Amino acid sequence: MLNIKNLKVGLAEEDKQILNGVDLNIGEGEVHAIMGPNGSGKSTTSYVLAGKDGYNVTAGSAELNGENLLDMDPEERAAAGLFLAFQYPVEIPGVGNMTFLRTAVNAQRKARGEKELTAGEFLKIVREKAKSLKIDAEMLKRPVNVGFSGGEKKRNEILQMAMLEPKMCVLDETDSGLDVDAMKLVAEGVNALRDGKRSFLVITHYQRLLDHIKPDVVHIMANGKIIKTGGPELALEVEQNGYADILAEVA
Amino acid sequence: MNSLIGKNEISDTLADFFIQPNGATWANNIRSEALVAFNDFGVPTKRDEYWKYTNPQKLTMIPTEPAALFSNDEPPMFESIDRVKIVFVDGILDLSQSDDLILEGATIETLVDATSKDIHWAKDLFGSLEKNGQKPVKRPLAALNTAMAAEGLVIRITDKCKKPLAIRYIHNSETSDALVHNIIKIESNAQFTLLESGAGAARFNSVLEVDVADNADFHHVRTQGRDHERKTVTHIFGRLGKESIFKSFTMTVNGTLTRNDAVLEFTGDNARATVAGATAGDGESFHHDDTVFITHDAVNCESRQVFKKVLRNGATGVFQGKILVKADAQKTDGYQISQGLLLDDNSNFLAKPELEIYADDVACSHGSTVGAIDEDAIFYLVSRGVPRKQAQDMLVLAFLAEAIDEIDSNDLADDINDRLAAWMNRR
Repeated sequence: MLNIKNLKVGLAEEDKQILNGVDLNIGEGEVHAIMGPNGSGKSTTSYVLAGKDGYNVTAGSAELNGENLLDMDPEERAAAGLFLAFQYPVEIPGVGNMTFLRTAVNAQRKARGEKELTAGEFLKIVREKAKSLKIDAEMLKRPVNVGFSGGEKKRNEILQMAMLEPKMCVLDETDSGLDVDAMKLVAEGVNALRDGKRSFLVITHYQRLLDHIKPDVVHIMANGKIIKTGGPELALEVEQNGYADILAEVA
Repeated sequence: MNSLIGKNEISDTLADFFIQPNGATWANNIRSEALVAFNDFGVPTKRDEYWKYTNPQKLTMIPTEPAALFSNDEPPMFESIDRVKIVFVDGILDLSQSDDLILEGATIETLVDATSKDIHWAKDLFGSLEKNGQKPVKRPLAALNTAMAAEGLVIRITDKCKKPLAIRYIHNSETSDALVHNIIKIESNAQFTLLESGAGAARFNSVLEVDVADNADFHHVRTQGRDHERKTVTHIFGRLGKESIFKSFTMTVNGTLTRNDAVLEFTGDNARATVAGATAGDGESFHHDDTVFITHDAVNCESRQVFKKVLRNGATGVFQGKILVKADAQKTDGYQISQGLLLDDNSNFLAKPELEIYADDVACSHGSTVGAIDEDAIFYLVSRGVPRKQAQDMLVLAFLAEAIDEIDSNDLADDINDRLAAWMNRR
């Protein structure tokens, strides 16, 4: 599904290298987690995959189902099936959440040559999916993320993911700022989307989230590289001992 | 149509260029007095304080620069609204295109008719709010309008009007130079909605005098016509009685030069006024100026000024907004926000907020910001698959929405929103 080879990335505006050769292969239906200390390059990996400005790719490649992601505009990556759940979802005053969702869904359908959803069709689907995430009609009417609590913002990300039905979901610290109940709700939303075909990359600091979204593979990232890869037990090891042991082991 | 009918082609001053209409003695006196004032003021120049950011030369030169006609297949504004429609072509009332001048709760006359009658209620209103609004800032082109305008409507509202009156100003001659003067008197407890649309003429000078009596409501929604080369100067003079409501919204897209003056005075307690504007300007030739002066001379009144301008490709937007709170105008709530959204480095937004407060128990706030489009918001939208152009349009419309939200009627606000959305893709 997602194949990243020797990805090296620096900042566009200053001479600073952030990713120093990331290799990552995620197969169809797999859930991978990336853990790592602050500043290790986890969020940068997600931004570079989604196509955010401000980064220079100096080497390597990233492909989604054989298509070169790095050559595409962000909206093309989305239409190709990539979805990034933001660590800090952006507030957009003046744009209604519902309008935004429908515009996004139909823009992707249009880009893929599919028929756009009518207002009625869209409404039926969004209501059903919003209900399972405990997102009420009021939240759908409000401007995108404006005045949303931390938990509401993250649920809204998962709602977008559910509506857009991507092939490859990247979750950037979706657990940050969530209490235990909110995290469970978000995790349930994610798990509901696991259908054996859709793949996930879950970026997190903490093992907690991985209790709820069970990964197949866990990677440890440090200094812009994947330094260790293992099974779910690797996350538990980090939880108990921190990153120091692993960093020392690799060094 | 010869647009120079009623104009003196060989004149070399603006005052001589127009020919003063002849009516009843009272009207002639008002016009002559306005002409004296205009001659006394002189034509505005860039040296005048309130024309510092807007060069009035295109508004004062004679004859006016021609303006190409704008044609498209869009339906006229407010078509979907149940209304009484009145059409002016190049500043001249066209009864053949207008509905009958009949609106329940109102009497509607032409300025020509009203100013020909020896006795008419308009005697006390015609030119009086304009004259009052010349202090402390002079507005010479409004005095010129009072002195020379032959055309316009004289409207008296005696009840709650269920339908709005929609005036459509058609620009049909490349060289037309029009003066239109409308007078509206809204009596106690009455309600009226005025809709205006269209470029009006190659050069269009309008004055709207509105007297809103106690407990009366006035709503005004205006769109100024997309003719790229039009020159426009408008003046609204409003007087608000006790517990009255005055709400005016203007949308401007295109045009070479637009100057919209709004001068309001609170004379009765507990009244509320809003002046709002949404503007989208594209290109170096676009220059748009909102100049607002609100005088609080009564207790516990609330005024709002909400102006939003999106500017690109070298366009210029100006806002000059003043709140004057007189010593006895306690409990005044004055709010003013003006914001420019610049879509590139070549565009300009110039703002001059002014507060002059003599009362000691007031809440006045003003804010003025200028900024670029929020790239984080753009990235959020495009990462969901929305193409960049569409994402930018969404943010532009969202930015302007705050001004459009000042319109009370949802139907009218939706009409304005739909129009703006369509205009994002066609100049």
